[in-house]
Amino acid sequence: MPIDFLPILILLILSALMSGGMVFLSHLFGRKEPNPSKLSPYECGIPPVGDARLRFSVKFFVVAMLFIIFDFEGVTIYPWAVIFRKLHLFGLVEMGVFLGVLLIGLVYIWRKGALQWD
Amino acid sequence: MSPFWIDLIIMLIKVIVVMGALLGGVVVMVVVERRGAGFIQGRLGPNRVGPWGWLQPIADGIKLFLKEEFIPAQAYKPLYLAAPAFFMFIAFVTFAVIPFGDKVELFGRTIQLQIADVNIGILYIFAFASLGVYGIVIAGWSSNNKFSLMGGLRSAAQMISYEVALGLSIIGVLMVGQSLRLNDIIGMQTQYWSYLPRWNIFIQPLGFLIFLIAAIAEVNRIPFDLCEAEQELVVGYQVEYGSMKFAMYYLGEYTNLITFSALIVVLFFGGWHIPWIEGLNIHPLLLALLQVVAFVVKVFAFLWFFVWVRWTFPRFRYDQLMRFGWLVLLPLAIFNIFVTGVVMVLIP
Repeated sequence: MPIDFLPILILLILSALMSGGMVFLSHLFGRKEPNPSKLSPYECGIPPVGDARLRFSVKFFVVAMLFIIFDFEGVTIYPWAVIFRKLHLFGLVEMGVFLGVLLIGLVYIWRKGALQWD
Repeated sequence: MSPFWIDLIIMLIKVIVVMGALLGGVVVMVVVERRGAGFIQGRLGPNRVGPWGWLQPIADGIKLFLKEEFIPAQAYKPLYLAAPAFFMFIAFVTFAVIPFGDKVELFGRTIQLQIADVNIGILYIFAFASLGVYGIVIAGWSSNNKFSLMGGLRSAAQMISYEVALGLSIIGVLMVGQSLRLNDIIGMQTQYWSYLPRWNIFIQPLGFLIFLIAAIAEVNRIPFDLCEAEQELVVGYQVEYGSMKFAMYYLGEYTNLITFSALIVVLFFGGWHIPWIEGLNIHPLLLALLQVVAFVVKVFAFLWFFVWVRWTFPRFRYDQLMRFGWLVLLPLAIFNIFVTGVVMVLIP
């Protein structure tokens, strides 16, 4: 029921106020004495080399795509798990096929080298 | 006053009490972690501020509020400021559906010791817990520092990888509990097999193990703290943060840790349930109090476990971490679902 979610709304508002307030208070109390070297990016003491918007490995992107696939499939299993007692053997066979396909997919991406990080 | 207003005030009180308890828990955890590290490494740890160093986090907090605020010249300012606030905000909101006690009858009203008793409790927790990664990635990107960017990316890849195993490891619990409502899952665990309480740890040991490991990875702690890795990335996404914004990441991390400990207790260790206490005929209010205490004790047992793990193990290598998540934990979680299904069909 929607009324069940009202306390969550209260919590959302209060914690947003608290976390925003902390940033604001720290801004209010902290002193400010900036100078160019203090504000430059930290690179272990030497002057920064190049820009930080560098290109990074495509592996991170691949992992993100795999996550979307597998997480969606995970969420599909949730409603099945809740009514599993009623589905009984039919549910087990159906989900066995589904999980089998999922595992074949995992073996495929593994053999393709999508999970190799060296 | 009309009943609606009384309900609203009760909700408000519960929210404030829980937020206070979380902040207090973080303060206690900071001391426990630092003193625990000292204990494990054979040194003292902070012991000067207050009795046995218990006021150290308060002193640190005041100091951090008064510290100089700096914003790196090349940082993208709006996101740089919003990231720590968002991280902490998400950490606090995630706790909303965790029950910390049974229903209480007070002044003729039934009060649920939980902020919100919603029927999609588990989905809610996973939905919000997975938003936490934004706080880290945005911090890494917006501070415009190479270490931050790499730390943020590593952390994002790690958190989403282990989230898959985390989500699948509790399917077995849902199959037994037949509900996504956390109170129903605890309700199932208050029954007994002759004398043994029906806690899910006895039915789902493998699911528990996967959940525990994936939870440590989700909160980015050793042996999974690749995003911080002091020796290579200094501290990863937090490099350019100072004063209270730095402390807010700590607050958020410890709050996440408390949330995951509470979730482990609720899903696998019977939540607020105290075994064999039903026959003792205790006054209901005292019983409710004892149950809240039992819940807190169980949660702190797991918090101590996390501290113990952190100061005992070395760090994974990044390729080991990824291979372990995808090729060990994920197949094991799927195997766990299948075995649970077969056992439930064979034994009605």
